Amino acid sequence: MDDVTTGEPLIVLDAVNKWFGPLHVLDDVSLSVGRGEVVVVIGPSGSGKSTLCRTINRLEPINSGTITFDGQPLPAEGKPLAKLRSEVGMVFQSFNLFAHKTILENVTLGPIKVRKEKPTAARERGLALLDRVGIANQADKFPAQLSGGQQQRAAIARALAMQPKAMLFDEPTSALDPEMVGEVLDVMTSLASDGMTMVVVTHEMGFARHAANRVIFMADGQLVEDAPPAEFFANPRSERARDFLSKILTH
Amino acid sequence: MNVLIDKFDVFAGGFWLTLQICILAAIGALVLGAIVAVLRISPVPPLRALGTSYVNVFRNMPLTVVMFFAAFGLPALGSNADFLRIPVIDSLFTRLGTDLPYFRFALIALVLYTAAFVCEALRSGVNAVPAGQAEAARSLGLTFGQNLRHVVLPQSWQASVVPLGSVIIAMIKNSALAGFFGVVGDLSATADQLTGAEGYAFVPVAIGISLGYLIMTVPLGALLDRIEKRQAVAR
Repeated sequence: MDDVTTGEPLIVLDAVNKWFGPLHVLDDVSLSVGRGEVVVVIGPSGSGKSTLCRTINRLEPINSGTITFDGQPLPAEGKPLAKLRSEVGMVFQSFNLFAHKTILENVTLGPIKVRKEKPTAARERGLALLDRVGIANQADKFPAQLSGGQQQRAAIARALAMQPKAMLFDEPTSALDPEMVGEVLDVMTSLASDGMTMVVVTHEMGFARHAANRVIFMADGQLVEDAPPAEFFANPRSERARDFLSKILTH
Repeated sequence: MNVLIDKFDVFAGGFWLTLQICILAAIGALVLGAIVAVLRISPVPPLRALGTSYVNVFRNMPLTVVMFFAAFGLPALGSNADFLRIPVIDSLFTRLGTDLPYFRFALIALVLYTAAFVCEALRSGVNAVPAGQAEAARSLGLTFGQNLRHVVLPQSWQASVVPLGSVIIAMIKNSALAGFFGVVGDLSATADQLTGAEGYAFVPVAIGISLGYLIMTVPLGALLDRIEKRQAVAR
């Protein structure tokens, strides 16, 4: 994929610090993500990559630094924050589909309640999205009746239903059985090629190689490397990245 | 044991009055407890502090003391709790509308005390909903109120209903204190009157009173068991 970045970046983190008690989980992290760019964040567990992802829609507040989205600093709370979140799609490791609602209701809840769309219009678009992720025939089932891969694809459809400006993926395939990883990555790859701005925390190096514009390597809360995937995998500059890659790529 | 037959009307009257207190107090405690629970889980720190202090005060104070405050504190402040004389409701529950305020005082004390426990039962249900559910709702842009209404509360209800029932059963038994704070003619005051003023033997009277409370509490307990079994099957 070529560099598609134009104009001002969509997401900008500037000197962001965050502590969990004494633990410095984000250590002076600065990062900007352009419109249409796909940034994959990798690193050993505990490196702060999930936290980084969750700060962008303020599921995790930060202690210092600034985060701007689409030119605006993140609102602290209340209605403005809810509005910002409605523009940033989020996909979780554990899917987090609403357990008491059908798949279609999961997908239409946000559009109906937050965007105030007409239920019939929201349902129509919801079905189209479910069709796009390949589970239109599961629309009336409850989340627990679906496989993990189907649930995660439903969760992606739910986030897309808000027509977000960017999508955050927090280890979207880590809770899946191996044979279901592919179907979720396929959906993500097609999103990426449609020009969606994406920040993806993952351990799927194959996805990072073929779908990412940039790979970010994090360790101990610091952003250690930021490079195009081909360059990063062929020639990691830091000792820690080399060490990490040697551990995961030998198997 | 003749007292149970001879004085059946007295027992029945006591039962009816106690049932009225319990119905009104249960409604009041559920409403107030729900409000306090929303305060306790709200994202605004001062509201959270308010909810938490309410629970700390009323969960940790003996009901007798709350009753004393209601029955002696309110009159000292010049209030006869007339705000509880709610039109229409006071004609259904005649004691609410009378000039003697003790029924209202007892009701206030029971509601204030029980609401703290209702709040905690509701909150334990909310805590039983996995945190990811509320997180997913927040990241869609739902506000705190929408999140509660559409995502968290519908799922917490299942986990709340059995502990809530236990709270209400405890409240029915606690209502026995009302007879000692000026409420004439409820089940517990009936015992006092029959044994003290009319000289009946204590044990048969006590059995009659106990039956009265059991008629209210046992069916409620059985209902809770059924709900619990049905939930276990659904899972």
